[in-house]
Amino acid sequence: MGSLSIQNQRRLNQVVGYLAMVLIVLVIGLPVWWMFSASLKTTQEIYTFPPDWIPQNPRWSNFKEAWESAPFGRFYLNSIITTVAGSGLEVFNATLGAYALAYLRFPLKNVVFAILLAALMIPAQVTILPNYVFFGSTVFDLIGESWVNTYQAIVLPGASVAFGTFLMRQSFLGLPREVLDAAKVDGAGHLRTLWDVVLPMARPVIVTFGLISVVAKWNDYLWPLVITQTQNMRTLTVGISSLYDLEGNTQWGVVMAATIFVIFPLLVVFVFAQRFIIEGLTSGATKG
Amino acid sequence: MVSTARGREGTSYGNQAVAQSSSRRSRLDTQREWILFILFMLPNIVLFGLFTFWPMVENVRLSTQRWDMISPIRLSVGLANYRYLLKDETFHQVLINTAYFTVAAVGLSLLLGLIVALLLNQPLKLRNGARAIVFAPTLLSGAAIGIVWSYIFDPRYGLMAQGLSWINVSSPDWLNRPEWAMPAIIIVYVWKNLGFAAVIFLAGLQAIPKDLYDAARVDGANVWWRFRSVTLPMLSPITFFLLITSILNTFQAFDIIRVMTQGGPVDATNTLIYYVYEQGFIDFNAGRSAAASLVLFVLMMIVTLVQLRFAEERVHYG
Repeated sequence: MGSLSIQNQRRLNQVVGYLAMVLIVLVIGLPVWWMFSASLKTTQEIYTFPPDWIPQNPRWSNFKEAWESAPFGRFYLNSIITTVAGSGLEVFNATLGAYALAYLRFPLKNVVFAILLAALMIPAQVTILPNYVFFGSTVFDLIGESWVNTYQAIVLPGASVAFGTFLMRQSFLGLPREVLDAAKVDGAGHLRTLWDVVLPMARPVIVTFGLISVVAKWNDYLWPLVITQTQNMRTLTVGISSLYDLEGNTQWGVVMAATIFVIFPLLVVFVFAQRFIIEGLTSGATKG
Repeated sequence: MVSTARGREGTSYGNQAVAQSSSRRSRLDTQREWILFILFMLPNIVLFGLFTFWPMVENVRLSTQRWDMISPIRLSVGLANYRYLLKDETFHQVLINTAYFTVAAVGLSLLLGLIVALLLNQPLKLRNGARAIVFAPTLLSGAAIGIVWSYIFDPRYGLMAQGLSWINVSSPDWLNRPEWAMPAIIIVYVWKNLGFAAVIFLAGLQAIPKDLYDAARVDGANVWWRFRSVTLPMLSPITFFLLITSILNTFQAFDIIRVMTQGGPVDATNTLIYYVYEQGFIDFNAGRSAAASLVLFVLMMIVTLVQLRFAEERVHYG
């Protein structure tokens, strides 16, 4: 039983480890590969079995056809508007709220804390019906027009934030006390301190939360599905699903090309920012 | 200049201020801080009030009415909607489906996530790349992913049919068979979400102090025993966190189901959240939808309370 057998054992472990890793990556990656390859296939290639892994003559016109099969330009515009507005408001609310909770004195702070905790426990999914009724009839009674099928109705119910507020408060509290005190000595008010001192120092957590928020808004489906009624107000996720409802399983190549319209921006974000997002999520979990 | 600094110091530590003038200053400062606090909090709290808390009150009211979402008349029916749900066989099916989906999806995501994390915790090259790929589906739109998988499950030309043909099994018509539709949804959900569990488990594994393993090794513990006596207990808080968040997430899983099966075939994939949507926005039974959404809320509340209870106990005994 020399060192050789231990070495062999180790090498065997390594080989098994790499094989398992390759297997996992394949299982997770194949569906995405399938989507990309199908998006370039002709109808005939789609209906050959066994399938080609790599399309023989890539049919780029699938993308053109997909783009023309529904108003995707408009879907993009809608998704960008609602994502930017929704995430912007979330980050704004979370930053101000976190600063207030971390640095400002207030007699009823515990009550505010409890309100945010309670809000955290009510998922958006259980409020869709009353919110729909609100934008439909309550708003109509108040101002004489319904807000169903408007941007503000898509954005507003998701503009408040509890998770992000707590996440940022936690990181604000970890900022070096001396720097904040120095700002005070210099006579900086709270707004100045927030803008010039806290925001620059807390940039990583703001970026992380911003990314998580952008991904969530971009992918949001249930609320935009019920609150939008016409094609020209659909966001990408809702638009693609109604395209699929209509075209069904008939035009897989074109439908796959269309799903790439939805997923592509996320893949780009992911390639550049996955580290931030993973770090943000894991720090939340391991500390909590 | 100096006195302001002192005054502010006084407020932030809550002591009596040193001199008379600065005590007055500090009182003024305190009031300004309160006002600023209210201003900073106001937008968030108002939005929560309008779109989170008030809707819950409305849900309770709607759940005691019969209303088709259009007519100006809302009929007050007391607890009739709840009685309906209690007796309705479809709703029973929905509850069973929700339990089936939750147990299978959460169990598999956690189990596979742990296995992947254990693997990626080994000193392998490129493991960060593998971690990124495993995590990627978590970020992708469920609606788009559902469409891609509908194609993958195509019984004649899909990727699944291809895979099964290698082992000489003919593919079931996944999405059109009541007994296969739910497994298909679960497969997609687990594929999409196991990366989240894996990444969190991996962070937990990397936080376990190395000397615990060394100590176990000195005691002669083999790999399995080290796993059972060190890894598992050290991971238990993170497992619990994952369990709770995963349960809450599966309760809210909607996009995949809506895109792939629309709750069918014959309600085989109709879960609580889908039922809430279907009753409200397809069948226009506002009352039943509201009642069902309150059932969903209560279930989620119970899970959350279990979590809080457990967290408290850990504080007490830990």
